[in-house]
Amino acid sequence: MAQVRVTLIDETRESEVPATLDHDRIRLSADALRTALGWELKPQGLCKDERCVPLSGRKDLVTDGGVDLVGVAELLSRPLALDLAERVACIGASAAERSAQLASLQAPEFTLPDLNGTRHSLSDYRGKKVLLVAYASW
Amino acid sequence: MVITVALDKGPDDARPFIEAAAPTHPSLIDTDHSLADLYRIINVPTVVWIDEQGRIVRPNDAAFGSDMFKELTGIDPLPHLNALRQWVKENKAPLGDQDVHHFQVLPTAEEQLARAEFTLAWHLHQHGKNEAAERHFVRAGELAPHDFTIRRGSMPIRGIDPMGPAFAEMYSDWVQRGRPYYKPIPIDSSSPSPSGRGSG
Repeated sequence: MAQVRVTLIDETRESEVPATLDHDRIRLSADALRTALGWELKPQGLCKDERCVPLSGRKDLVTDGGVDLVGVAELLSRPLALDLAERVACIGASAAERSAQLASLQAPEFTLPDLNGTRHSLSDYRGKKVLLVAYASW
Repeated sequence: MVITVALDKGPDDARPFIEAAAPTHPSLIDTDHSLADLYRIINVPTVVWIDEQGRIVRPNDAAFGSDMFKELTGIDPLPHLNALRQWVKENKAPLGDQDVHHFQVLPTAEEQLARAEFTLAWHLHQHGKNEAAERHFVRAGELAPHDFTIRRGSMPIRGIDPMGPAFAEMYSDWVQRGRPYYKPIPIDSSSPSPSGRGSG
């Protein structure tokens, strides 16, 4: 087991936290888990805001070395892309979360820069009809 | 109003297009493909109609504002433009909520994993870890073989010509598999209904 620092990308939010490398497992302390992903380890399971996901049957996720990152992603049904050699992981949005948002028909909010670096949000244009056009140079 | 979003690796890729068009509308750059993730955009151009309350009234569709790609795609831009005018000027909603649901394609777990792999690859690339990045760009493409934003969109980042042989191979495979894409939304001046769709 080695003490390392890992970069975790939560959708697009990046943070660097200490972790334990246990063979091919990355284990995070409760503090690191909270810092990187906003989830708290509580007696009733993994919790964020009002929501708790019980660890029932997955008690193996938590050891002395911390919480297993792959297991956390599985428990939350979120995709995890991991590069152990470079110590970087990206935990994306679940298909269920994205689907629920789109099926609600409420257009997902975004904030993106223009060429001058000025940031624009979709909600800045509430009250107007918007034709959203995604394109690319390729 | 129009909001354009360029799914490009940097502002300089989109700059010539934006400067040539000299638009008055917001012309945004999305180097992280976060819009593609939020809206399940798998190719460009993709248009989405959003009303005054921020509701999607016409989901993802391939539509073109000019004749530029008419020959390539067989898509005539005029019906779409007419429907757009009707919506803007006469407040005529293009679809009912049920139809919007019908024409939406929601993301799968595999597609979301492909996006996470893409995000990881893009991060690694930006930190000069090109070899590691390549592994994850490849993995993302395997998970979402028909997602152009991932496969073709990663080509310029990886030093691959997005008009070259790698793209030709991807394109012919996509054609062979029946051009999997969004569900084409019929444009009809009468009330559109999924059940009334023709095979075309």
